[in-house]
Parts: sequence; C-alpha cells; structure tokens
Amino acid sequence: MSEDKFNYVLRLADHAMILSERLSQWCGKGPALEEDMALTNVALDLIGQARLWYAYAAELEGKGRTEDDLAFLRDAHDFHNFLLLEQPNGNYADTLMRQFLFDTWHYHYLQALKQSTDQQIAAIAEKSLKEVTYHLRRSSDLVVRLGDGTDLSQQMMQTALEELWRFTGEMFMDDEIDTAMHAAGIAPLPSDLKAAWDAHLADVMHAATLRLPDANSWMQKGGKQGVHTEHMGYLLAEMQFLQRAYPGAQW
Amino acid sequence: MVASAMGHVLNPPVSTSQIWQWLAEVSDPEIPVISVTDLGIIRAVEWQEGECVITITPTYSGCPAMDVIAEEIGKTLQAHGIKPPSIVYQLSPAWSTDWMTEAGKQKLSGYGIAPPQQQVVDISSIQRYREVQPAIACPQCGSVDTQLVSQFGSTACKALYKCKACLEPFDYFKPH
Repeated sequence: MSEDKFNYVLRLADHAMILSERLSQWCGKGPALEEDMALTNVALDLIGQARLWYAYAAELEGKGRTEDDLAFLRDAHDFHNFLLLEQPNGNYADTLMRQFLFDTWHYHYLQALKQSTDQQIAAIAEKSLKEVTYHLRRSSDLVVRLGDGTDLSQQMMQTALEELWRFTGEMFMDDEIDTAMHAAGIAPLPSDLKAAWDAHLADVMHAATLRLPDANSWMQKGGKQGVHTEHMGYLLAEMQFLQRAYPGAQW
Repeated sequence: MVASAMGHVLNPPVSTSQIWQWLAEVSDPEIPVISVTDLGIIRAVEWQEGECVITITPTYSGCPAMDVIAEEIGKTLQAHGIKPPSIVYQLSPAWSTDWMTEAGKQKLSGYGIAPPQQQVVDISSIQRYREVQPAIACPQCGSVDTQLVSQFGSTACKALYKCKACLEPFDYFKPH
C-alpha cells in the first residue's frame, strides 16, 4: 500500500515536471512576447507543483532520497508521466493543443483530488487547482481563437488535435495503482472523469469550429507504467545533464 | 536544535503581537512596497517551547520569492534579538488575494500596480467565455478605460494591462 502510494504521488509529480520541462524549452522562442511569458509562467507553476509532489513522495518513501534525486536521478522507465506530456513541442498549435488537452484533465482531476482522505494530497491539490484553473481558462480561450481563426490557424489546430488524440486515452485508463488509491479514498478513478473531460472538450471544440476525432480510435498507453515514447530519453538527457555530468552540483 | 531550556534563555519574552509588528517591516522581495503581512501570507506566529514558529502560506507554488522571504524573516527577528524562527509552510487553506490588507492594496496602487479586485474570478468556473469583468482602474490616471494585454506579467502574480486614456501600460495583481 505505501509503495503504491509512493508510486501514485510520483505520477502526479512526473506529469507536472515533464510538461514544465517541455514548456521551458519555449523560453525566449515564443511566437509573441505575451505567449513566451505565458508559457514560462505556466512552466513555473508546474515546477512548483512538481516540487510539492516530489517532496511528499520522498517523505512517503522514507529512504533519504530528496525531491532533486527523484527528478534528476531516475531513468525513463522510472518516470510515470502521460505519453502526451513528453511529446515534442512541434509548432505552436501542437504545444497549445497538448496544453489544452492536459489542462482539461488536470483541472477535473484536481477538483476530485481535493476530496482525498490523505491531507497532504488534498492540500497540494487545492493549492494547484487555483493555478490550473487559470491555465485552463487561457488554453481554452486560445484554442477557440486559433481554431475559429484564419484558414491556416484552423488547419494547424485541427492537425495538432488529430496528431495528439491517440495519447489522450491513457489519461482515463484505470490500472491497479489507480484502483488501490480509489479503494483507499485517496484518489478518484481516472475513468470516472472522462465524462467531464468530454463535455468541456465538446464545448470548446464546437466554439473553435474543430472536429473531434473518433472517440473509439486506437489509443497509445504505457506512460503511467514507465513505457515511454522515444522522445523521453532525449528530454531527460537534457533535463538531467548537469546532475549526471557533475553529481551533487549545487548553486 | 537548541534545548527548550536554552531557548527560554535566548529568547526574551516578546509578545507575538510585537513579532507581528516586526514582520510588517519585512518586504516582499519582488514588490518591495508591500510587506509580508500586507500580502496575507503569514498565517500564525506562536511560541512553542521557547522557539518562535511562524506559519507561512505560499502565494504561487513556483514563486521563487518564498525562500527569500523566509530568509528575510529570520534576519529581521535576529536584528531584534530573537533567534531565527522555524518556518512552517502551510498549503491549505490555499492563499487568496482576499487576504491582502487594505493598506497593502493602497500601497500597491501608489506603486503603480493595480490591486486585485475581490472575488472577480470564480475559480469553480471554467467557462472560457469572458464574463463581465469588473473594470480595472489605471493606477496612473484612475481611468477605467483599460485593456488586458497579457494574462501573465513580470511575476507569477501579475497580468499586464494598458490604459487607453493615458496610454500607460501597468501591472495588475491577479485575483487568486
């Protein structure tokens, strides 16, 4: 049970950490100053949330590992983030669509997680939710503006949605850790959140004049279990370089 | 760790209300015109077995100012002859700009940052459609003919606006 809980909290940490890393890669390269600031601010919120989750995971594990050890000294198969989050930034439509698909999940997931019987998990969820609400408002608004924008922006948003769609199914698949956490009152069952996610997506896509892909199409999975896409190794190579090359370096 | 008996010797009996007054001298490192008490992030000041314990709630999860604030609090108390307090971080209830003092809001405005409106954003709502937003007054000229330029600004807690009357850009402290 305690090992399940440790692995469960690590998933939450890894989602926030990996997306934060991807967003940070836009720093200084955003298509407009406002967008550059927005992506890096969202990345900052997510890294703050990742730190809270990693610190709690380290405490649950009780083996003396720190939040930094968990972020910088694990290999790809020990990361449990969704495959969606490690996907390359692509063009701005890809980045924005990835953000919107995740923000919608994140918002509903944290809403449910606030009710956790674990007080620390509930507190981190409550804190994070305020920030994530702002993220979701922003990404929903931009999906509508660019979807219902020019012919080119609409086509790019539609392509991004279709490319990323196969990575969305994983967010709602329950595995043994989810089931154990749900039984203990610690976390919601991912499959229970699908209806709320679908509803918000349908609403936004309609306003954005984008077509939702087939709900029953084949979905990729494995991120939560540590089986990643080929992009993960490259991402970690960059993110972990300093601690791998200069173990224990500090500033 | 100093033994509690030692702690009593080191710490003259100073009331917690005195400590609150000293904390009012500790500025936010990113917005130096307001103090940590104005910001509403100090949740409790207590004496526990001769040790001063200060409970702080973070503003934003990733706000880099939090570590600096804890350090500054330690220095300030030390300057008044109190050994550095232990800082407890409390996440719940989550910090809200509604906890900011009226004096703090006025200081923000005088500094050129529009203070947060109360309860503007109903955070239970995820409607993307712009609700009727209360007008944000320009801290320079007072006009409410203002416009959002960027949802994020120079720090995690601010958005960027511009005034269409005096044409000056300004920061808006986001309601949170």
